Amino acid sequence: MWKWLHPYAKGEAAFRLLGLWQPWLAGLAVILVTVGVVWGLAYAPADYQQGDSYRIIFIHVPSAMFAMGAYTGLAITAFIVLVWQIRTAEWAIAAIAPVGAVLTFISLFTGAVWGKPMWGTWWEWDARLTSQLILFFLYVGVLALYYAFNDARTGAKAASILALVGVVNVPIIHFSVYWWNSLHQGATVTRFGETLMPASMKYPLYISILGFMLLTAALIVYRLRNEILKQELHRPWALAQLGVEKHHGV
Amino acid sequence: MAFDSWHEFIWMGGYGWYVWLAYSVTFLAIALLVIHGLLTRKKLRQQAVKMQHQQQRLARRKQQERERSKLTDDTTS
Repeated sequence: MWKWLHPYAKGEAAFRLLGLWQPWLAGLAVILVTVGVVWGLAYAPADYQQGDSYRIIFIHVPSAMFAMGAYTGLAITAFIVLVWQIRTAEWAIAAIAPVGAVLTFISLFTGAVWGKPMWGTWWEWDARLTSQLILFFLYVGVLALYYAFNDARTGAKAASILALVGVVNVPIIHFSVYWWNSLHQGATVTRFGETLMPASMKYPLYISILGFMLLTAALIVYRLRNEILKQELHRPWALAQLGVEKHHGV
Repeated sequence: MAFDSWHEFIWMGGYGWYVWLAYSVTFLAIALLVIHGLLTRKKLRQQAVKMQHQQQRLARRKQQERERSKLTDDTTS
């Protein structure tokens, strides 16, 4: 049933398939993020409690969501690496981790900048904030392990073990605002389509969330294609992709 | 439009500094990620060209050696 998937474990097939998706992912991401952010910044009404400071939500919530989403993807990839030892999956570890780390950094930074005027502090050692900081360290740790070995495959395996163990942090982040008495407010989007926000704030947020999802995917796809090229550079197809004709004799 | 003027938009009800700091750092971080990806691709392209030149040089040297050995074969026979 899943046999059709097998060729995509090969670098070249994966590179081509990802190349078909890339322009759509990137194009839609730019459009949706632009619409969501402009709508949120300029057209959504001010919050009755937080005034205009709440407008940070249109980047804070999406970046936090896909910081966790990317980590879930990283853990699934790590599982594939450890069980099936597919090389494309190994390279995907190196593609996903930096994107996830940057998204986590964005969520932490925008959270701090939002926290200063609303809570009166940039940082608090509170359950939600601390578990999100741990997510950032997990990403950094995965990357450090990946590049720590002379043998790239050993590095990929070590990084995968950390990525898989660290996935326990994802539900902790999600439920932290319920399990502990947190400074952080509860979930804005509880279930799909159900939120406490009025439509005028909800729609730009949803558009921005969708945009960040595609942006995350596009960034990962671009980096994964780079990684595939790097590993297969000695093969004629990779040289041809880079616009260099492989030399056949004299 | 939630604001009456450009000035009010920038001012963000007194939260302008926080809102614009959050947005600028966010897009700067994403831009750096994109630039890093593009630079990596560029470096790969340069590496590919270098590899191609090396292969060409190797092929030329082999060809020369083949011709030289053919010449020596002719004189000995």
